[in-house]
Amino acid sequence: MAAPSSNPLRLLNDLRVRAVLYQVVAVALVVGIGLYLFGNVSRKLAEQNIATGFAYLDRPAGFVISQSFIAYDSSNSYARALLVGILNTVFVSIFAVLLSTVLGLVVGIARLSRNPMLSLLAKLYVEALRNVPLLLYLFLWYALIVAVFPPVREAWQPIPEVFVSNGGLIVPSLRWSPAHSGVLLAALAGVVLAFVVAGRLRRHRVATGIERRAWPIVLAASLLPPLLAALLLQPDLVVNWPEKGRFRITGGLQVTPEFTALLVGLGLSASAGIAEIVRAGILSVGRGQWEASRSVGLRDGQTMRLVVLPQALRVIVPPLTSSYLSTFKNSSLAIAIGYPDLVMVSNTTMNQTGQAIEGIAIFMLVYLGMSITISLFMNWYNARVALVER
Amino acid sequence: MATAAEMDALNLARAPLQPPRRRGLSAPLKRYFGTPLNALITLACLWLMVRLATAAWGWLVTRAVMEGGPEACKGGTGACWPFLAAKLRFMIFGFYPYDEHWRPALALALFLGAIIVSMMPRFWGRGLVWLWIAVPPICGVLMYGGVFGLPVVTTTNWGGLPLSFMLSFVGLALGFPLGVVLALARSSKLPAIQVIAIIFIEVVRGVPLVSILFMASVMLPLFMPDGLTVDKLLRAQVAIIIFAGAYIAETVRGGLQAVPKGQHEAAAALGLGYWLAMRKIILPQALKIVIPPLVNIFIGFFQDTTLVTIIGLLDFLDTVRASLRDPNWQGIAVIEGYVFAALVYAVFSYAMGAYSRFLERRLKTDHERSAPGG
Repeated sequence: MAAPSSNPLRLLNDLRVRAVLYQVVAVALVVGIGLYLFGNVSRKLAEQNIATGFAYLDRPAGFVISQSFIAYDSSNSYARALLVGILNTVFVSIFAVLLSTVLGLVVGIARLSRNPMLSLLAKLYVEALRNVPLLLYLFLWYALIVAVFPPVREAWQPIPEVFVSNGGLIVPSLRWSPAHSGVLLAALAGVVLAFVVAGRLRRHRVATGIERRAWPIVLAASLLPPLLAALLLQPDLVVNWPEKGRFRITGGLQVTPEFTALLVGLGLSASAGIAEIVRAGILSVGRGQWEASRSVGLRDGQTMRLVVLPQALRVIVPPLTSSYLSTFKNSSLAIAIGYPDLVMVSNTTMNQTGQAIEGIAIFMLVYLGMSITISLFMNWYNARVALVER
Repeated sequence: MATAAEMDALNLARAPLQPPRRRGLSAPLKRYFGTPLNALITLACLWLMVRLATAAWGWLVTRAVMEGGPEACKGGTGACWPFLAAKLRFMIFGFYPYDEHWRPALALALFLGAIIVSMMPRFWGRGLVWLWIAVPPICGVLMYGGVFGLPVVTTTNWGGLPLSFMLSFVGLALGFPLGVVLALARSSKLPAIQVIAIIFIEVVRGVPLVSILFMASVMLPLFMPDGLTVDKLLRAQVAIIIFAGAYIAETVRGGLQAVPKGQHEAAAALGLGYWLAMRKIILPQALKIVIPPLVNIFIGFFQDTTLVTIIGLLDFLDTVRASLRDPNWQGIAVIEGYVFAALVYAVFSYAMGAYSRFLERRLKTDHERSAPGG
């Protein structure tokens, strides 16, 4: 055999050549499978006469959504309906994350209590929530809400103008206008400003060692923007009173049972996980830290707040991130109990338009985008917490 | 004037060899009633537990309806036991033909028996491999039939607990090799392979399982060539395998990273190539580390299989819900049904969680014994 023809085979023994070869094969495989599937899909779509593309987003949706934070009715476009769904997903996720963090912190600390009764109770709480599927809990909370609360006709009125029934909790609300949105935005700006000011004050204190009372300044910083906005925009205070009809209650702000069941279900289930994360974090702080801070005269509560928790945070934040992410993703279970989140709105849209691929692509991209945003934010926070070390 | 604490310190300094005198409550009691606040907490917890226990006892026993039909339960304020008795077999086996229930029951027993045997350290060995090569096909044949005179039962009639176990077990069994391959690819030095693995893992982990199930149930038929239909159960199973693969990949990657660099270098020094080094040196160590977290992942997947309800498969949670919608029992025993399902899930999950903790302890001591100071 001639030398040139045996060269290619001998080349295979070269690690660098093999590395290139492996990669080429892998990429070719992925691209090939992708093209093959794409071919199948486009042929089938053409055969079944299914339209493609995102033109349907501008057409009127034609379905009602039971809960919306922006003005929406059935004549609005599919795009707006999806936006309503996204906002509903974000809204319930944020509340569930807050609820689970507070509960998880309390239960996690209770789990480490020196009182055996309290730690046993906390352990029972965690085990009961962790060992049962979230979906089952959602169904159970929803069934309990429907079973325990009276039908709308016999709605309870614990305080005048507040109605509690299995149709939800209804409270009087403000009639919303752009001016109100302006004040709300200003309030958010106030919170940001307060954080900035608090950070400055702390740095000043660390740099100079002069202790000054910080909280009035921080409070003023947080209140100033909304007050200014209120003075400038003059939002009218028209109250939207709920009115009780024969079958339903109209007006007011309505907290639906679906929302409540989803919030409670997500919040409680995640809190069990967070309790375990908090517990592991606190346990990771050495005994010496407790002893040292006691010997400088700090009380138990102060030790926890000033010495242990800041150090535990370093261990807590990374798993906490994944807990938040899974709460956010688990909110997609909303479809099972009929809370109009992104998945449910997309599902209705897909059923109406028949354009399943586009519908699924949209909600997968939204989830992916938000997941990445959350993990970037938490990584940034983690880096900050980690820097505190030295 | 010296305070009590200072006096104590003084006394201690004077008589260092004497054990401190015990005052007041004994140590165990002190943990319950040491301070007024602690006593209050103990009493509050005690009160809460007694309240919960009496409420549960009243609902389950004293106020419960023990016999009769739907009518007897309608007016009652306690648990409706006749509902469970009437619907138990449907909840467990779904629409599987009634006369053939012994088949899924036997398959379930075989499967659980094999799991229990594999959990016991004394049976760890080569025999387990043969056991797991034998058991799944036997279970499959029992469920599907068509041979040995067993009538065929198509997957559309499968349901209940066997389905839940099948989805989670097959998901893990096939997701595991996928996960290992993905983990190896992600920690590979070849950029193209690494990027493919990263994109796959992060996309699957970044979206909810519901969306992958949707994709499998709606889009998979479009992806297939003409004439090839994939049944609904298989579609859900594919979704769960993909999902499991991505999560297992990240766990295994953690294990790979935990293997010290020296092991890689030692393998290279012995002249082992990549595959041989991985198979003989790195993976055995990495996989041993990740066994306990893998059991936890399995618990998660066992619970997550409930989501197949959303795409219309009759898993255990869905057979329970179908029982609740039975015209005879509609609206009568809703809470009973969910509590029963919750207990079933809790028993299995708790058992696996306890086993995971046991494994963690055992593998840890093994490690310390074999490598002192390591």
